[in-house]
Amino acid sequence: MAQFNLPKNSQITQGRTWAPPPGAKNLQTFKIYRWNPDDGANPRIDTYQVDRDDCGPMVLDALLWIKNKVDSTLVFRRSCREGICGSCAMNIEGQNALACTMGIDECKSPDNALPVMTRKDKDGAVRIYPLPHMPVLKDLVPDLTNFYAQHAAIEPWLQTETPAPEKEWRQTPEDRSKLDGLYECILCACCSTSCPSYWWNGDKFLGPAALLQAYRWLIDSRDENTGDRLDALHDPFRLYRCHTIMNCANTCPKSLNPAKAIAEIKKMMVERVV
Amino acid sequence: MAKEEIRQDTRVSIRTPRARVRGLGVAHHGAGHWWQQRVTAAANIVLMLAFVVIVASMAGRGYVEATHLIAKPLVSIILILALLSVTIHMRIGMQVVIEDYVHGQGTKIAAVFANNAYAVLVAVACLYAVLRIGFGQPA
Repeated sequence: MAQFNLPKNSQITQGRTWAPPPGAKNLQTFKIYRWNPDDGANPRIDTYQVDRDDCGPMVLDALLWIKNKVDSTLVFRRSCREGICGSCAMNIEGQNALACTMGIDECKSPDNALPVMTRKDKDGAVRIYPLPHMPVLKDLVPDLTNFYAQHAAIEPWLQTETPAPEKEWRQTPEDRSKLDGLYECILCACCSTSCPSYWWNGDKFLGPAALLQAYRWLIDSRDENTGDRLDALHDPFRLYRCHTIMNCANTCPKSLNPAKAIAEIKKMMVERVV
Repeated sequence: MAKEEIRQDTRVSIRTPRARVRGLGVAHHGAGHWWQQRVTAAANIVLMLAFVVIVASMAGRGYVEATHLIAKPLVSIILILALLSVTIHMRIGMQVVIEDYVHGQGTKIAAVFANNAYAVLVAVACLYAVLRIGFGQPA
């Protein structure tokens, strides 16, 4: 059966409360998931106080401030700090988001935080966890090996049999516009790891991110392998585990709509038989 | 455990991530179920409304009158269509739930089998009842 409780060695314990910075007046509490594969201990939640007057506005700024000034052992991925690399995807206040584009004030607003988080949240802290339901390597760093392998499996490149033209493969502006809303995906994994179907069957269901990319190549007018691409998805698990839950579209930091892309693939599947 | 389940278990089997994602390959099936589920859903709206009207118009009638109503050709046909559409829809819907949440290969096969058997049993029992009344042998 699908597992709904955390295994014993994954249950979260109360962690360390770090001293607030001396002399700081404008403090924001952060409660952050910590787990170290080397110490054999259960995961814990550490509490940090961040001096807002000394720190940038984004959640990533706060994480870097903590790492630089309070606790250098805190581990997380980050690179571009402007929402284009997808490295700093994590679960902030119950929603998957990029730490670099999520404001500290914004993540506390009722528009963003899940109702269940705001109800429980009496202390005003910002809670940060790794992306849900992925194996954790350390602290906020999930193991995305399977996620990347699924992306590779949909063969995300132009496939043609016609000999390549002397110049470029041509495309009308109309056909090019069909790629809008698809090509912008940065593979941050926010969508796939927010999808319950992906939680329960992530080994066989390709997940919203890989399927959005699959559709990006299915709808590309230059690609000659549409039929084979559809064949590779015609499976009760790879494609049809999507039950239109829409968490993917809700959470996408780039405001894309993987659920719509998946629905379009399902329509193509029917179109070629009906 | 089925062979493929063992191969997919990272604790006992070393495979490349790509091999794990590919698994046993594509089933070449799923679009049919998806389409049937939508078609029966649309049909259920109409057929269930008709079913409710039929049941409501039986209210206050005695047993004999009620069976006479069911025995009318149009009513019989609507009831047969409704129970076929509903049991097909029920079978596919329940199978999706099982595939989502039941993960052991053995338990899954048993659950899908039980679901199919149940749907067929319900469908055949209802068909038998409607046909028996329709062809004039009220029980």
